[in-house]
Amino acid sequence: MIGFTHYLIFATLLFGIGLFGVLAKRSAVAVLMSVELMLNAVNINFVAISKYIVPNAGVGQLFALFVIVVAAAEVAVGLALIINIFRQKKSVDLHDFNLLKW
Amino acid sequence: MSLQSVLSHTWLIPFLPFLAFALIGLLFHRWPKFSALLSILAIAGSFVLSVMAAFIVFTGPNDAVFEVAARWLDMPGLRVDMGLLVDPLTAVMLVVVTTVALLVQIYSLGYMHGDPGLASYYSFQSLFAGSMLGLVISNNFGQMFVFWELVGICSYLLIGFWFGRDSAKEAAKKAFITNRVGDFGFLLGILFLQIVFGTLNFNELAGQVAGYSNAAVLITISVLLLFGPMGKSAQFPLHVWLPDAMEGPTPVSALIHAATMVAAGVYLLARASFIFSSSAETMTLIAVVGGFTALFAASIALVQNDIKRILAYSTLSQLGYMVMAMGIGAMTAGMFHLMTHAFFKSLLFLGAGSVIHAMADEQNIWKMGNLNKKMPATTWTFVIGALALAGIPPLSGFWSKDEILLGAFAGGHTGLYILGSLVAFMTAFYMFRLIFVAFFGSNHGGEKAHESPAVMTVPLVILAILAVVAGFVNTPLMGNIFGHYISAPNAVHHEPSMSIMIISSLIALAGICLAWLIYQKQVISHEALKERFSAIYQVLYNKFYIDEFYALLIKYCVDGTAKVLEWFDLKVVNGAVNGLAYLTGRSGYGLKYTENGQVQTYAVYMYAGIVVLLISALCAVFTVLA
Amino acid sequence: MNIGFADVAFILIAGFTLLTALGVVLLRNIVHSAIMLVFSFLGVAGIYFTLNAGFLGLVQIMVYAGAISVLIIFAIMLVMKDDPEKTNLPSPNIPNILSGGYLTALLVAALVGSIWFTKFPVKVVPASGDDLGILANLMLGDYVVPFEAAAVLLLVAVVGAIILAKGADQK
Repeated sequence: MIGFTHYLIFATLLFGIGLFGVLAKRSAVAVLMSVELMLNAVNINFVAISKYIVPNAGVGQLFALFVIVVAAAEVAVGLALIINIFRQKKSVDLHDFNLLKW
Repeated sequence: MSLQSVLSHTWLIPFLPFLAFALIGLLFHRWPKFSALLSILAIAGSFVLSVMAAFIVFTGPNDAVFEVAARWLDMPGLRVDMGLLVDPLTAVMLVVVTTVALLVQIYSLGYMHGDPGLASYYSFQSLFAGSMLGLVISNNFGQMFVFWELVGICSYLLIGFWFGRDSAKEAAKKAFITNRVGDFGFLLGILFLQIVFGTLNFNELAGQVAGYSNAAVLITISVLLLFGPMGKSAQFPLHVWLPDAMEGPTPVSALIHAATMVAAGVYLLARASFIFSSSAETMTLIAVVGGFTALFAASIALVQNDIKRILAYSTLSQLGYMVMAMGIGAMTAGMFHLMTHAFFKSLLFLGAGSVIHAMADEQNIWKMGNLNKKMPATTWTFVIGALALAGIPPLSGFWSKDEILLGAFAGGHTGLYILGSLVAFMTAFYMFRLIFVAFFGSNHGGEKAHESPAVMTVPLVILAILAVVAGFVNTPLMGNIFGHYISAPNAVHHEPSMSIMIISSLIALAGICLAWLIYQKQVISHEALKERFSAIYQVLYNKFYIDEFYALLIKYCVDGTAKVLEWFDLKVVNGAVNGLAYLTGRSGYGLKYTENGQVQTYAVYMYAGIVVLLISALCAVFTVLA
Repeated sequence: MNIGFADVAFILIAGFTLLTALGVVLLRNIVHSAIMLVFSFLGVAGIYFTLNAGFLGLVQIMVYAGAISVLIIFAIMLVMKDDPEKTNLPSPNIPNILSGGYLTALLVAALVGSIWFTKFPVKVVPASGDDLGILANLMLGDYVVPFEAAAVLLLVAVVGAIILAKGADQK
């Protein structure tokens, strides 16, 4: 009964939640966490396609694996950046980082 | 030399004076006497060629027309040729122009003797001669217009020749600008012709106009074309420049403003008669304008005191006669009068020049008097000229003026006939007023004068002879030879009427008698007349205040328009440009708040774009699939 | 309607994941958000298991729930300076929040609608249990270059993170 479309819809919902988090949170770390949610949603998409559209080919899972690798690297670097900024500005509130405004 | 070979060299007729102009202007202007000689030789050459050409045209078959053309500009929809047309009309004009120009240039040797600008004077004279000859020899409107403008320039240059004088500068400007107003209408007419008929060539147009039926277009074109002669031949209301043009040297007045340039308008009326005669309304307009100008100018001439002004208004009046003749369809009479007028009017002007030269530049007739004692040659040639102008038989002026009056009367234009007769009376009166006051009479201002040198009196004598005999080419007694060659396509030949001839002679004599009584015998005192009719006198003396009216008109219309346009430029055009800048600035003020430096705001903008794209793509896909 | 065991499993795990994801985004305390994030990673791993991607699910647990979550919690600890209850507030820019929410809803609605009405070429094939073998063949066969590049990427990221976190030269 649960088919391919349900997985896709589930992934879309997860993506939407992550998107809302990116746009509406104040803390930089929270934004990073929401980005992780979005990446996970995308991974679910890949794996679902891999199972239902091209079964036993495994390419979808491989791609999801690479996405996990890249996400890990990105989190590491991103958090390092946040820590650095925190040292300068003593805050991780995105609204304090507005040096490029008019 | 065969027919064709002479005629094929008619291009030399305007070319020789142009060559003289170029040579004097570029090379020889430091040697005035040589420049003068060059100019006179050129015009003499043109004279000889013109006479030969006229001889060939008049002794050939009756409708011989010689035309040659070279393609100059050829675009789809516009073809302009450079060409020559030699037919009897051209031949007459060529002879008249070259004769008068030659005599005037010889005369100028004496009159302009010692003037520092002699070389440029002769170069301008040559330029003028070349332009005028080019004008009469053109075979299409475009080329004619080029020469038309050239003669206008020469008029400007020659009127303002003594450019040290403010009055001369102003007069030159006035002449050119008034001419320009006329030329504007003329050019519009030419453009219309090109648009409607596709060609500007006279012969081709003649064929096409005959079969054209849209009367409104023909009226518009002919009225627009009429502006040219109104400006060039100084008809009312564009007459204001001719009296002021007397600021130029007197030989210039004789050549340009009596005999040739002002006759160019009449020549155009003759050349383009097929267009004008296609519309009865335009012909009526032409006749009325001419007649009115004749009367208007003659009335002003009655009270003028400057010898050249009197002659200038007389010219205006006679031009009115010619234009009136064209308007009633008497093309023969008009051209004939043009020819005779050229001779006796230039004679009168040159005579006046002789007087002025002898009186050390005095031009007021009341300061002269009894000139006949010291200057017999000038006096008697002047009298012959005045008799011709007044229309006393058997001088040339009688025949030509009579022909016009005959045409008016027999053609049913009784009003114009009466007007013409009245003007004839006034003409005789003011000319002899001039003669009695300046040459005879009780003033003694002229007794200090001395006769002019031969180089000035010989042209006078030649012109006097011409003034006497030139009329015989068209007398009824000799069979109207002139009329055989030059007539409108459907001219009506009127039988010469003895009664008209006698009446016009009597009118002229009456005018002379009245002048004799008032100014020579002084039976009626002109002072008392002036007192009695002082209001009319003032109006006439001030030329009907037309100049003042024009000045006011220009002040209000031109300056007023300029003020409106200035407002428009400052408020509307500047406003639009400034407004654009202002808008950009204000929108910048408003839009800068979108750049608030917040990453999440930018993320919202990006996602908005992505969502829009996605939804539009989905809609497109789903409508295709559905 | 045959609701099998797999369907119930999917519904439970998917619901759990979505709820915890909502918790990540809506809670005010960032430490609570981080815990919710860990649970959502675990939920996603469960989804992988239902999709017969066993190896991937394990990798998810090890990398995400194990390493990345710890990294995030360390970072939270390092940058916490206020009252913990106030660390994960929503953005003060209300128009931003509203437009963001609207956009998200729009996006999700559009995508869900398009997914629901599309006929996908679904193939039902019994899964081979050897997903690890297939992955290994791919990874070290056709896709060995991306594999090596990913390794280099990780090295670079580690070095970069260290340099960044160390900060500018202290004199």
